[in-house]
Amino acid sequence: MEIAFYIASAIAIYATLRVVTNTNPVHALLSLIVSLLAVAAIFFMLGAPFAGALEIIVYAGAIMVLFVFVVMMLNIGPAVAMQERAWLTPKTWVVPAILAAVLLAEMLYLLRDGTWNQAGHTLVDAKQVGISLFGPYLLVVELASLLLLAALVAAYHLGKRDDQNG
Amino acid sequence: MIAIPMEQGLAVAGVLFTLGLVGVMVRRNILFLLMCLEVMMNAAALAFIVAGSRWGAPDGQVMFILILTLAAAEASIGLAIVLQFYRRHHSLDIDVASEMRG
Repeated sequence: MEIAFYIASAIAIYATLRVVTNTNPVHALLSLIVSLLAVAAIFFMLGAPFAGALEIIVYAGAIMVLFVFVVMMLNIGPAVAMQERAWLTPKTWVVPAILAAVLLAEMLYLLRDGTWNQAGHTLVDAKQVGISLFGPYLLVVELASLLLLAALVAAYHLGKRDDQNG
Repeated sequence: MIAIPMEQGLAVAGVLFTLGLVGVMVRRNILFLLMCLEVMMNAAALAFIVAGSRWGAPDGQVMFILILTLAAAEASIGLAIVLQFYRRHHSLDIDVASEMRG
């Protein structure tokens, strides 16, 4: 049964690779949704069903739909994909990719060190998460609501069309 | 539920984070930059869930919910900025933004 975890991980990594290397914004968005769904599957396997459901509803549902709407409003044609292809030359991506790959190799080497610790042995359901959220983390929940309110005000202000002075 | 080694879950999170980081460094289109930022935040959330699952504690999922809140706020403001930027410059090139003043 552990093979399911490896399959979901491979799908997540491959879909994310397609997001980073794609030149068409809509295709990249759809790959990103696949990647998020694969990560949600990993959450379910790890015994975090509440987080998995939230990942699908909020991430793959709400945030990605926001991206799709913005892509629709921008009215991006084939010219953007052509320009992306012109920007994505090996000269631009080889050096950052090598630097990041070296850092990743270091981190994987450190993770490999020592013994395996089992994860996903206990189910942590929504009830426990809720008790924790409204118990010791109550102040953080209030701060998160403040952050969302600030984001709402900022998005309203930025989204306004200022014809008189723009 | 499947018992897997925590280190392998963290390795997956590290690979996803690195892919997002490379995307942020390489791409010049603002939309792709925002998408890669989402990938990076998602990888951080995966690391929190894996670590919380290792100890069987709800704290990892609490942190995941906070990251979700942050991602939603970031996406809404970032996309509003993208719309405003496209309206003024008719381009999605991040280098054009170096000419913005006030």
